[in-house]
Amino acid sequence: MGVEFEQQPSVELSKVAVSDTHGEDSPYFAGWKAYDEDPYDESRNPSGVIQMGLAENQVSFDLLEEYLEKHSEAASFGNKISSFRENALFQDYHGLQSFRKAMASFMEQIRGGRAKFDPDRVVITAGATAANELVTFILANPGDALLVPTPYYPGFDRDLRWRTGVNIVPVHCDSSNNFQITIQALEAAYADAVSKNIKVRGVLITNPSNPLGATIQRSVLEDILDFVISKNIHLVSDEIYSGSAFFSGEFVSIAEVLEARNYQDSERVHIVYSLSKDLGLPGFRVGTIYSYNDKVVTTARRMSSFTLISSQTQQLLASMLSDKDFTEKYIRINRERLKNRYHMIIDGLRNRGIECLEGNAGLFCWMNLSPLLKERKKESELALWKSILYEVKLNISPGSSCHCSEPGWFRVCFANMTERTLEIALQRIHDFMEIKKENDVQQQ
Amino acid sequence: MEMLSKKATCKSHGQDSSYFLGWQEYEKNPFNEDTNPLGIIQMGLAENQLSFDLLESWLARNPDATMFGSNGGSIFKELALFQDYHGLQTFKTELVEFMAEIRRNKVRFDPQKLVLTAGATSANETLMFCLAEPGEAFLIPTPYYPGFDRDLKWRTGVKIVPIHCSSLNGFRITKAALDEAYDEALKLNLRVKGVFITNPSNPLGTTMNQDEFNHVISFAVSKNIHIVSDEIYAGTVFDSSKFTSIIEAIMDRTLEKTDIWSRIHVVSSLSKDLGLPGFRIGMIYSNNETLIAAATKMSSFGLVSSQTQYLLSKLLGDKKFTRHYIQENQRRLKKRQQVLVSGLQSYGIPCLKSNAGLFCWVDMRNLLSSNAFEAEMELWKKILYEVGLNISPGSSCHCTEPGWFRVCFANMSQETLNLSIHRLQAFVTSNGDGNYQNQKLSTRISRRNSLVVS
Repeated sequence: MGVEFEQQPSVELSKVAVSDTHGEDSPYFAGWKAYDEDPYDESRNPSGVIQMGLAENQVSFDLLEEYLEKHSEAASFGNKISSFRENALFQDYHGLQSFRKAMASFMEQIRGGRAKFDPDRVVITAGATAANELVTFILANPGDALLVPTPYYPGFDRDLRWRTGVNIVPVHCDSSNNFQITIQALEAAYADAVSKNIKVRGVLITNPSNPLGATIQRSVLEDILDFVISKNIHLVSDEIYSGSAFFSGEFVSIAEVLEARNYQDSERVHIVYSLSKDLGLPGFRVGTIYSYNDKVVTTARRMSSFTLISSQTQQLLASMLSDKDFTEKYIRINRERLKNRYHMIIDGLRNRGIECLEGNAGLFCWMNLSPLLKERKKESELALWKSILYEVKLNISPGSSCHCSEPGWFRVCFANMTERTLEIALQRIHDFMEIKKENDVQQQ
Repeated sequence: MEMLSKKATCKSHGQDSSYFLGWQEYEKNPFNEDTNPLGIIQMGLAENQLSFDLLESWLARNPDATMFGSNGGSIFKELALFQDYHGLQTFKTELVEFMAEIRRNKVRFDPQKLVLTAGATSANETLMFCLAEPGEAFLIPTPYYPGFDRDLKWRTGVKIVPIHCSSLNGFRITKAALDEAYDEALKLNLRVKGVFITNPSNPLGTTMNQDEFNHVISFAVSKNIHIVSDEIYAGTVFDSSKFTSIIEAIMDRTLEKTDIWSRIHVVSSLSKDLGLPGFRIGMIYSNNETLIAAATKMSSFGLVSSQTQYLLSKLLGDKKFTRHYIQENQRRLKKRQQVLVSGLQSYGIPCLKSNAGLFCWVDMRNLLSSNAFEAEMELWKKILYEVGLNISPGSSCHCTEPGWFRVCFANMSQETLNLSIHRLQAFVTSNGDGNYQNQKLSTRISRRNSLVVS
């Protein structure tokens, strides 16, 4: 049966192109806008907006710069000019073997040698953004769903859903148990999907968590793994913050849990990793998918054609990450510095009467401002957020942007600035809290 | 057993095609002048290896481009943190000037209308995501690059309907072929969103002529659809004056102020012109603001490494170098092509007359045992396994006529090209019987004595 199509006067772009699933029209972008229009600068604009909404790691660049100075051949194709040719031609979607080996060994080092990674299971992608989308394309059909614990990284709304057509069904976590994932919450989310006739394909966790800044406990990982086994679905573990756990032993990777189980049921587990957070190199676009499932590895590799890592960058990182002395030193010092930063901000906030979730990883803390809310509602949280943005001039991320079901929590980044700037931010919060106290007193 | 998505389990990745199979066979037994002289010579890979010396000497003179600036370099930190999907401004500015230079500056490009992507592979897919719904179609002239089956269709769900081109008129696009393809789409209940052309053509190695532009443009105007022009081989035209970009073609017809202007989208890359496929530098250029906005956001899934953007901004910023490179590269490509064409010609194997590209479209119809694709496959396998050449059969490019093959000439040394011509000549003269094996042996022994100097 032929169908006549009416061509409209101006042919449209696709639904995907014009949808707002990219998330950039959300109210939270007002934060970015305010920062862009009035960015803080220690000397040139000391009263500007301080960016505390960007999870970047800037505390350890000196270590990288020192390495590059000592090993200039890593970036310049070595002394053999002919290796430039080889490198420039290399577009094999397997990725440079030396790079995959270096990544696998780096991931092992981060986990204190408690898990082994096979370089042949490392699939390269241009960043974790690409890795998460790619894994979703492989595991789910349009209309299917992934269960994602809240609060979660706002970018997932775009990365997991936009072009894939896959849904996110939230697994609600709250402060009653420090936002830990529970079996009840997983079951509830699963049932919710079923009631809407949506097929669940997997659970996607971020460990260490963004925005909580905390590692997932081993017992919880075991529960989650048992859950996905019982439902016969997949588990994706986004471990991009694994190198930023303050104490090496406190981070347990799903890889360790699998190893302890002798890799039983491992073909449903996939790990996403990237160098954007641990090494502070988001511009270089270095991400990977590590899967225990052969078919996923093969398919992901083919799909990675759309998002390969520049061979020039693979070469540089292969060099850097295979230098075990350097990586050992880097991992250790980076952890130490992040830990110190964390304590600085936690103590600073506590002195101003503000509590945070007890964290042990990441580039941010999860701050509890619910006592300051007029009402326990999203609208009050947004109002508070706006006053912090425009009056205190700090761009922090409100919990509602992370789909937190409990109003009043905020993610505050601490690793993308100097200590001095952090002090100034804390000072501003101090002043804000003082004024609030006075206002509260006056109102009584 | 784990369940994966339909996309994961279907064959749309295209890797079972002969294009990829030939590649696999080559990987198992790759030719090497010293260590494996009887191995398979890779002639199925459209790479440009002819001008690396020019790039290498530039690098030797400009070490700072890769060293993150030894002069008070905070450039490393800046680059390491730079993940803005708008791309490095300096890089985009140099890139558009380079693109203009290749087009004899007949077209000027605005860097704000450029989206950077991890290779043209990513650019093409992104355009499909933006221009069509799953199940809608693009019309593409045959023969076409086998990778399109994956790049344009796999994850997007978009369909390809071929515009059949024939050897009777040198595989040129005709009005009749366009109309026929459109009708075919209607019959299949497919809504047509656009025409996708590759200019210069892969695998033909020809540039689009004015008649073809007339047909494609009028067609797109009358049907109110998009034109995507993949111009990644623009820098491989042997004579710049013979290449016309779609943008120039539209301007020549004074259509810039009309609707069609916002439905023209150009794809380019540095993989073929500069021979840098590993660096993953692709781009989309369009006057359609909505498209650019959407594609820019989508490029988050395939950004170009800032380290690489920086290197190329320095390289392309050296105008003296780029001008010399473009000219010299073209000269070398032309020379190489002539070696292949004349070599094949001397044994009665004609090539389609071409003026661009890294390959020739070779007419081996008179070597077929019958005028059928089975015979083409038979011939392809003989050439792969017996002659030891991995070339691309026309069927993998969706050619409607059996017997045509794409043969690459720019991804090997002169000596290797000569050897491959010899091997093919030996095969042809032996008519594929037992004599061939002896011929092959004597060819190897006397290879060093009988190299043809071109």
